[in-house]
Amino acid sequence: MGRYVARRLLLTIPVLLGASFLIFAMVYALPGDPIRALAGDRPVPPAVVAVLNERFHLNDPLWVQYWEYLKALFTGDLGTDFRGRPVLDTIARTLPVTIKLTVVAVLFEIVIGIVAGVLAGIRRNSFFDNFVLVSTTVIVSIPILVLAFLTQLLFGLKLGWFPIAGTREGFYSYVLPGLVLASGSLAYVARLTRTSIAENMNADYVRTARAKGLPQRTVIVRHMLRNSLIPVVTFIGADIGALLGGAIVTETVFNLPGIGREVFNSVKAQEGAVVVGIVTLLVFFFILFNLIVDVLYAVLDPRIRYD
Amino acid sequence: MTEQQQRLDPAQIEVDVTAGIGTTPVDGTHARQNSLWSDAWGSLKRNVLFWIGAFLTVLLTLMAILPQVFARGVDPRACDLANSKALPSADHWFGYDVQGCDYLANVVYGARNSLIIGIFAVLVILVLGVLVGAIAGYFGGATDSVLSRITDIFYALPLILGALVLLRVGPSTNIPIINSRGPGAVALALALFGWMTAMRLVRSQVIAVKSSDYVSAARAMGASNSRILIRHILPNAVAPVLVFTTITIGVLIAAEATLTFLGVGLQRPAISWGLQIAAGESSIRSAPHLVLFPSIVLTLTVMAFIMMGDALRDALDPRQRS
Repeated sequence: MGRYVARRLLLTIPVLLGASFLIFAMVYALPGDPIRALAGDRPVPPAVVAVLNERFHLNDPLWVQYWEYLKALFTGDLGTDFRGRPVLDTIARTLPVTIKLTVVAVLFEIVIGIVAGVLAGIRRNSFFDNFVLVSTTVIVSIPILVLAFLTQLLFGLKLGWFPIAGTREGFYSYVLPGLVLASGSLAYVARLTRTSIAENMNADYVRTARAKGLPQRTVIVRHMLRNSLIPVVTFIGADIGALLGGAIVTETVFNLPGIGREVFNSVKAQEGAVVVGIVTLLVFFFILFNLIVDVLYAVLDPRIRYD
Repeated sequence: MTEQQQRLDPAQIEVDVTAGIGTTPVDGTHARQNSLWSDAWGSLKRNVLFWIGAFLTVLLTLMAILPQVFARGVDPRACDLANSKALPSADHWFGYDVQGCDYLANVVYGARNSLIIGIFAVLVILVLGVLVGAIAGYFGGATDSVLSRITDIFYALPLILGALVLLRVGPSTNIPIINSRGPGAVALALALFGWMTAMRLVRSQVIAVKSSDYVSAARAMGASNSRILIRHILPNAVAPVLVFTTITIGVLIAAEATLTFLGVGLQRPAISWGLQIAAGESSIRSAPHLVLFPSIVLTLTVMAFIMMGDALRDALDPRQRS
């Protein structure tokens, strides 16, 4: 196990470096002149241009620029945007919003997804089962962009149940965007749980539990859920990494000042340092949660051993 | 669909389909191969969701080829400001947009760009995915390690985020197509950040069958690497790749609308659902139909492909047959 984790951690390094270099190359290979963009219409004295070029390594080849970036990264310095604000501060300001949004989304996945999946799985081919199958297909097909506007329109404007933008109402502001962000994964969790429960319905250990005279609820909650939820737990774990990086549209439409909206605004403004910093962090989260899940698999399912 | 899924991670495809098809290597006789596909067709025929998806796809394809028929002969660019934001009526089913253009015509004409981008992007994804996946799986060793790490790198970047950055810087570069701001640029950007699942699918299929006896037999008879790959190994991957392709077209169409909505995809005066949603956003209170109609048609389009893909997966997975 220890060796497996160490090996996986080592394999993480080239992926992390590669992904951040890919973004770095895309952001900095562009021929635009950031200093001119920064100055706008006003003329910039050549001396200022020289100083800025020197400070931001703008005249060096891409490899050198990336190397300088990495060196700074290891000292905890993610650079500054063109106004001189440290990228680290921007991340510290926006990340909590995205984490809250992700927590709400995962709660929706767990509560709605698993309950719907269990109810559908124990009564296969019932009305409810078919309802879950059809509704998950529909939910998966609604682009998040559309879902965001539809829920805003219905629950925000028409019914007035939820705020439609911003974070002023605390936790309550996150309910609608959280549900929108969770929708697709929620449908997938429901399906995964359903399949998994249905497969275990006829397992020997379930028959044994029934034969002992245990009530239905105990059989399901104490015996079946434990085994059936292994793939679900691992999916949700990996999904956390994806949700953290996937909230661009949700945060933009609901106007949440999170990391997704920040990275989108930075891409628009060509704030290279912010984009590279945030994307590197998101890639790191994605890889980290996938690694956790792979290790978790062995902990939850003793049949899997990595050595 | 979540943005997470727009990472093109139908993990379910790999789990459900690979296991089923990969472990039963096609044994080469036509009778056996026919039975897989005819069984699948038999099960598809009875699937209502498949027929709904197929019907919608045919309808959309016709709409993309002959928009003037579906727009009832109205020119989407013939506008009268006096009609600005007028609500739907018996004569103009979808109402008018901000500029006073017939909205039904605009929504109908939007189908073409979406379908072209979805199909073009999926073709590039197939070429990239099959090529890289087959080489990595077949040759293994260092080749596989390098190609798999490259795949991991792209996989770690969310589809929307990667395409967003590329399309933002694209117009100021001198790379052809990417700097065009047109459908080609959007399709290429989507393909570049969306080929990884196809690569993994093909790679795992190739690994699953490359050590089977019939492959050794072909090699013993002196078949070349490319012949073994194309004639004997890759046909095994057709079923899961077909499922992947169908679902992915839907995912890509949603991603195109999202990128266009975010302002980096298609640009005016192109007609696109993403642009319509973006333009309607500001008047969502006074004229909600401007967001609603393109949204509904976009959703139906995505749904058509996902329903067909779901039905295909059920039909092609032998384990689910009783």
